[in-house]
Amino acid sequence: MDIYDIYDKMERNNILLSFKGEITSELLTSILQIMENKMDNLQEEPKMKKKVYNVLVECLQNLYHHMDEVAEKEENEKARSAIFTIGKTGEKYNIITGNYILNENISGLKRRLDEVNSLDKEQLKEYYKKVLNNGEMSLKGGGGLGMIDIARKTGEKLEYNFLEIDNKVSFFTLNIKVSNQQN
Amino acid sequence: MEKYSIEGTPKTPSISFDLESGVLEVKGRSIPENSIEFYKPLVDALDKYASSAKPVTTVNVQLEYFNTSSSKCILDVFKKLEGINKGGSAVTINWHYEEDDEDMLEAGEDYQAIINVPFKMIMINE
Repeated sequence: MDIYDIYDKMERNNILLSFKGEITSELLTSILQIMENKMDNLQEEPKMKKKVYNVLVECLQNLYHHMDEVAEKEENEKARSAIFTIGKTGEKYNIITGNYILNENISGLKRRLDEVNSLDKEQLKEYYKKVLNNGEMSLKGGGGLGMIDIARKTGEKLEYNFLEIDNKVSFFTLNIKVSNQQN
Repeated sequence: MEKYSIEGTPKTPSISFDLESGVLEVKGRSIPENSIEFYKPLVDALDKYASSAKPVTTVNVQLEYFNTSSSKCILDVFKKLEGINKGGSAVTINWHYEEDDEDMLEAGEDYQAIINVPFKMIMINE
């Protein structure tokens, strides 16, 4: 493995922080602390800092909550691993996450992402309230509120991709941009 | 139990609920991975309070951050308060937000639209 190649790619993409491995609660606490310090050092506006922090929490907790699904079903320890990078280009933050997903779960997730992407700001607000008030509370997360919240706070479409690995699992990538222009 | 209180952590808010004065305060960050577990004691405390609620119940919410997992639990707390308000205690929810935090103001307005309890939006200067 060429470590310089990885370094160079990260440098060119203005990566502030990246991680590959198992996502634990303790890890998230540390990562959020590190990102807060970094944004303080970059003298980010409080408004921007809050937005990035909020979106980051949702993105990373998504990874955390879905970590076990593939690992349990496929009895594959590798599947417990995920990746994320946080970068900043100009005034825009870029959060990219990648994790395994069971092929059978793709269509449901895709439908939800496309639904969120089809809505404008006002519609997202209404949709959020509807899911908040009527949606089933899952033991793990907010029962589908995460993606709606990310779309609302960033004012951007959710960019995603599914890369098929084999007939059981795919690699799901979510690419989120956060800038100050929106909202 | 006259007072229910817990200390804040980097991921969970401080909660203070004085059952004698009918004042509930929630302050800080609410971004735990498992919100149900965190909020259950408060929901239970509100259930107990409901049977002997004070004539006036004041709720101060001052959150810096909260995740979507918490947002459902906060709604559950507010629904309990809606019941207490119906039951004869005049409930007011004071929703605090920082001057530049439009997202937090909007979040308060979302709850205001769902919950039938008087809300006051209170701007705080940093």
